Amino acid sequence: MAKVEFLGPLGRPSIEVDIANLSELKTFFKEDKELQDWLSICAVAVNDTLVCDLNIPLCKEDKISLLPPVCGG
Amino acid sequence: MLELHDGSLHVNTILAEWYAKISDKNYGAFIPFVGIVRDEDGIDGLSFDIYEPILNNWFNAWQEKAKAQSAYLLMAHSRGDVLNHTSSYIAAVVSPKRKVALKMINDFVEDFKANAPIWKYDLVEGKRVYAKERSHVLSGSGLLKADA
Repeated sequence: MAKVEFLGPLGRPSIEVDIANLSELKTFFKEDKELQDWLSICAVAVNDTLVCDLNIPLCKEDKISLLPPVCGG
Repeated sequence: MLELHDGSLHVNTILAEWYAKISDKNYGAFIPFVGIVRDEDGIDGLSFDIYEPILNNWFNAWQEKAKAQSAYLLMAHSRGDVLNHTSSYIAAVVSPKRKVALKMINDFVEDFKANAPIWKYDLVEGKRVYAKERSHVLSGSGLLKADA
């Protein structure tokens, strides 16, 4: 099961999901109306590297992080 | 060098420690930037969440860029609540050459604002309010948004 982290203001506990790639995660979240508003502005990291490809294969040890817009300083 | 502190930064102490660390290394320029929380829009202060793994990767990549120009970066940032008129962020560049350091501190802080994985909240009446309008979307945002 891959782990999904919801960072910063997303404020949700992590979950574990049985997925083979990010395209399946996109489908998994499809009915989550509250999260959909965030997903349009969230970046995605796999094992702490930002990604932009839904077809990257995932394995059960992988960590997926959702990152809302940032503002340090 | 990257430091994360709980609450407001002790500016005098941090800058003194950094100066002591670099002053005998034959750098000709030490250019610090200190961010201070302003009293505006009725806030009591700011609050911050940080995702350290990606922040470390981001900072280390910048340190490599600095090294290529014989410069060195130092940064401190707060976690949690930081009240008005105290500091949440210090960045500094040291370099043999003034012009390199002056350009790098600007480029570094601009990229920090756009890409460092830190989330800012306004402190209003004891509550944290995400500063969404002032925040910047990261590269690749929207990847998991359902198709219309």
